[in-house]
Amino acid sequence: MKTQNQKAWFFVLPVLLLVAFNALIPMMTVVNYSVQETFGNNIFFWEGVRWFEELLNSDRFHAALGRQFLFTGIILAIEIPLGIAIALAMPRSGPWVPVCLVLMALPMLIPWNVVGAMWNIFALPDIGLLGYFMNTTLGIDYDMTQNPFAAWATIITMDVWHWTSLVVLLSYAGLVSIPDAYYQAAKIDGASSWSVFRYIQLPKMKQVLTIAILLRFMDSFNIYTEVFVMTGGGPGNSTTFLSIDLVKIALGQFDLGPAAAMSLIYFAITLLVSWLFYTLMTKDDAK
Amino acid sequence: MAKITLSDLKHSYYPNPKGPADYALKEIDLEWSDGGAYALLGPSGCGKSTLLNIISGLLTPSNGKILFDDKDVTRLPPNQRNIAQVFQFPVIYDTMTVYDNLAFPLRNRGVDEATVNTRVMAIAEMLEVTDMMGKKAAGLSPDNKQKISMGRGLVRDDVNVVMFDEPLTVIDPHLKWKLRSKLKELHQKVRATMIYVTHDQTEALTFADQVVVMQEGEIVQIGTPVELFERPAHTFVGHFIGSPGMNVLPCEVRDGGAFFGDNLITLEGAIEQGAGTAEIGVRPEFVTLGDTGLPAVVHKVSDVGRHAVVEAKVGDISVKAVLESEAPAQGASTHLSFDATKTRLYRDGWIATRTAP
Repeated sequence: MKTQNQKAWFFVLPVLLLVAFNALIPMMTVVNYSVQETFGNNIFFWEGVRWFEELLNSDRFHAALGRQFLFTGIILAIEIPLGIAIALAMPRSGPWVPVCLVLMALPMLIPWNVVGAMWNIFALPDIGLLGYFMNTTLGIDYDMTQNPFAAWATIITMDVWHWTSLVVLLSYAGLVSIPDAYYQAAKIDGASSWSVFRYIQLPKMKQVLTIAILLRFMDSFNIYTEVFVMTGGGPGNSTTFLSIDLVKIALGQFDLGPAAAMSLIYFAITLLVSWLFYTLMTKDDAK
Repeated sequence: MAKITLSDLKHSYYPNPKGPADYALKEIDLEWSDGGAYALLGPSGCGKSTLLNIISGLLTPSNGKILFDDKDVTRLPPNQRNIAQVFQFPVIYDTMTVYDNLAFPLRNRGVDEATVNTRVMAIAEMLEVTDMMGKKAAGLSPDNKQKISMGRGLVRDDVNVVMFDEPLTVIDPHLKWKLRSKLKELHQKVRATMIYVTHDQTEALTFADQVVVMQEGEIVQIGTPVELFERPAHTFVGHFIGSPGMNVLPCEVRDGGAFFGDNLITLEGAIEQGAGTAEIGVRPEFVTLGDTGLPAVVHKVSDVGRHAVVEAKVGDISVKAVLESEAPAQGASTHLSFDATKTRLYRDGWIATRTAP
């Protein structure tokens, strides 16, 4: 009874090769770097877990990690409710549906560095529309390059503009899949519009929202391009998120070992938090 | 609980309906008495769901009025009409427990928790779902889900009417029968006016005291199941109800009699004056095979267990007969005779004979 068909392995082989070349081998290279020191010329010295220990005890890493969590937290707290609200306000049928959908999808079609450049110019105090308006018309001292608060506000606004659409589109897909009978039954049962949201719309959107939250978490936790173009991590270190800091260490200082160790820890945190989110949000379904 | 009156009701889904073809409902006048069990029967697209949605208030009719106990409710929204509706697919609130599902309509109306509890437990008892009250409603089987959505309708004691929109569509065949008898039993217990919409004649005939048969937005006949079977007012009712449906044979009216080919067919009574295509209608149950009558050839015999359905050809026209006794062999020659008291003339589909005095 133990005869198994070993041929099946051949069908997995192409995928295995693909994964090996685009994930496993690069990853192992990073693991290799993370335990060694190099001064170039392809000469390496064994360092063991030294880089990991140093990194986990470094204030610089703690600060970047703190900024990263704060940023992602703010992004999720704004984009998820806002996305749901916009999806609820969108028409379910009629000629405006395609118009709304295309308008929603537009920001997501723009390349990330272009988004960064757009908002950078938009926010410049002397020539940018937003910057000029804030400083001259409203009289608020707003300069992204000088004021950390202004930098944060601009990056958050930029991200909300760029990515809320994703939450909107996913929520909308969840909403339109609810059969009319649910709304009719709720009307007959005398449910308030809050009850309709709480007991019909939200439960039916749960699965797509899980995906939306996961995607937004991963994307915002790994944000690099827009911030790099807009502030380069400044003013000072105020917008130096993990990825920005990582690139500074790896390419700016050319500390390959510490950068590799940081990459691995960064990856582990992203994975862990995603897993936590997913497990928490789907734990009810198993019952 | 209430008497329901529909007066001069018309509905079109077009904003400016032109001809009668634009109307989903054409001229409905009906009166349903308090506490009755009614069925709306008709094929898909005949307007029965439109009518149901108008009664529940999900749709406002283009024309006409709906009265609950002589109170005009035509423009009232569903939650102010005190009605309950059970849909084709069970609608339950997934995240709530069975208990909370049943309590939901009461809590929304601000009923105090003690009353909610007694009402919910009473309904749960009737539906035999007391053992699953603490469970999440999402995990239930379709028939139990449908029971819960029925329960949400019955839990309120102020409902004027409970409506069922093809509620057994997603239920497994062996559970359909159980749920149907449960429904009948519930109706006897709560005595609420109930309207059951279906395209399944068995469901309509077993549930209702009175069946309304609809076709293309019109009511063709209202009657008890026996009336619909024995004396269809329209050939459509003859076709739609019964298995197999009524035989409809082309005929010619001359000298006050109906002739099928050259044979005079005896009818239940005198033929009413009028014009239009004349047809003879007789149910297969009232056709007998023998030595006298219309000469015919047995074309096909299907044995359905308790009886056999014989399809015989008179010339080119086939006539079905239901035989309790042994059926003749295929290809055999025979003679058909019709039970005169159950044989009628139809003009343009509508009945055109008077019952014998």
